[in-house]
Amino acid sequence: MELTANHASNAFPTMLSEEMLEEAEQSKTLATARKTVGTPFVDTPRMTCRDIQVFYGDKQAINKMSIDVASNEVLAMIGPSGCGKSTFLRCLNRMNDTVLSCRVTGEVKLDGTDIYHPSVDVVPLRARVGMVFQKPNPFPKSIYDNIAYGPKIHGLTKNKDELDEIIETSLIRAGLWDEVKDRLQDPGTGLSGGQQQRLCIARTIAVSPEVILMDEPCSALDPIATARVEELIAELRTQFSIVIVTHSMQQAARVSQRTAYFHLGDLIEVGATEKVFTNPLHQLTEDYITGRFG
Amino acid sequence: MDHHFTFTHELNKLNKKLLHLSSIVEEKIRVSTALIASYDSKLTQAIINSDYEVDDLEVEIEEDCLKILALHQPVARDLRFIIAVIKINNEMERIADMAVNIAMRVDNIAKFNRSDVDLYDFSPMSKKVIGMLKKSIDSLINRDSALAKTVFLDDDFVDDFRNQCYEDIKLRIKGDPEHPGYHINTYLLARHLERIGDRAVNIAEEVVYLVEGTITRFN
Repeated sequence: MELTANHASNAFPTMLSEEMLEEAEQSKTLATARKTVGTPFVDTPRMTCRDIQVFYGDKQAINKMSIDVASNEVLAMIGPSGCGKSTFLRCLNRMNDTVLSCRVTGEVKLDGTDIYHPSVDVVPLRARVGMVFQKPNPFPKSIYDNIAYGPKIHGLTKNKDELDEIIETSLIRAGLWDEVKDRLQDPGTGLSGGQQQRLCIARTIAVSPEVILMDEPCSALDPIATARVEELIAELRTQFSIVIVTHSMQQAARVSQRTAYFHLGDLIEVGATEKVFTNPLHQLTEDYITGRFG
Repeated sequence: MDHHFTFTHELNKLNKKLLHLSSIVEEKIRVSTALIASYDSKLTQAIINSDYEVDDLEVEIEEDCLKILALHQPVARDLRFIIAVIKINNEMERIADMAVNIAMRVDNIAKFNRSDVDLYDFSPMSKKVIGMLKKSIDSLINRDSALAKTVFLDDDFVDDFRNQCYEDIKLRIKGDPEHPGYHINTYLLARHLERIGDRAVNIAEEVVYLVEGTITRFN
């Protein structure tokens, strides 16, 4: 399989990760899907997900979830470990295809096109639905080449001037240009953790995605670097749809417009973030966000 | 888990402090309204001089709320509770000020030494206002929004009584123009009692917000 800009090293799990195993274990109790309360659907969706179920072998990790991702919104996914939020996130750009025992049913559409249709090539799909991971994972290449890799393999530029422009624009939009413009040939791995994560975000946006998936993008960062990434998320929302998985309730409250609460493989509640964090509809949501369990 | 234990402990402590403040304020209103009908200079001075207790407790509760907000960043019902406490705390302090105001009016009225004039009968209004305050506090203790909403219904009676008092006092001043100060102080008692009723309504509104999560305003 070819390495793409959005396929960083840890994007290719060949075995079930600990979290997947935990989800599979907890899913033994799944029976019928709980009804989702709130507002899972929107008027102008960028992505639509209907009756998504995910199985690891014969274990069910996600139970008939349906939700939309709107244009220009940040959708936060929260829930206790093993609730299925990362598994669900990985359904949105078919990252679960890389897990041998994983089976996904249901329908995920991006701009009206079923991304699980056999005719869909996952490489351009993952350019349209980019991903940023928990740990910053720059390629072992220069800062310049980290950004250039995606546009090159997707044939987005005709010459070096165009490529240079994409690199500068991507780094500016990721808020990293001023810090690295004089050392573009230095290795990306030599940057600080926060800078590396912004480099990964710059790498993702260099291929002009429509949706960016973020799987706990700040969990390895200090508060200053976290604040910069959160500012960046707010900025990026003007052009992209962003789906972010986070364990930080405060982060979900700060960056998102809608919040989805997952519990044991069910999508319990989706609603406007200010509503979910002041007056949630479901008792499970209330109990989780107030720290009564989880 | 320690964090969560501490948080729950802090919320429980805050709840107890607010209820303690509520009981002090309720008692002050009971005593001060009783003074209207039966003046007692010692009790009057005690009400006036003990206001610092409520002021100190109000500051302490506000500091606790700010500390919890800063350290625990509460959400959902916990957030609503803290917001409700901040606002109810303020209302309680102002109600206690009204108890002092009533005591000062009663003291002024007593100084006129008017044995020739019948005291204006505030007992129906006092009874209603104390009932409103009690219900608002009970609704807070029991997180009972239905009970809180009954407080709204009582406010009209209090407003009507105040208006009637205004008309009565106008007539009394006409009939006794030599002592306007006496009558104005009497009317101000109605104003103070009415303000207590308004603040009981405000507390009830916060209880509805705390329980139901919807901001309610009774006009």
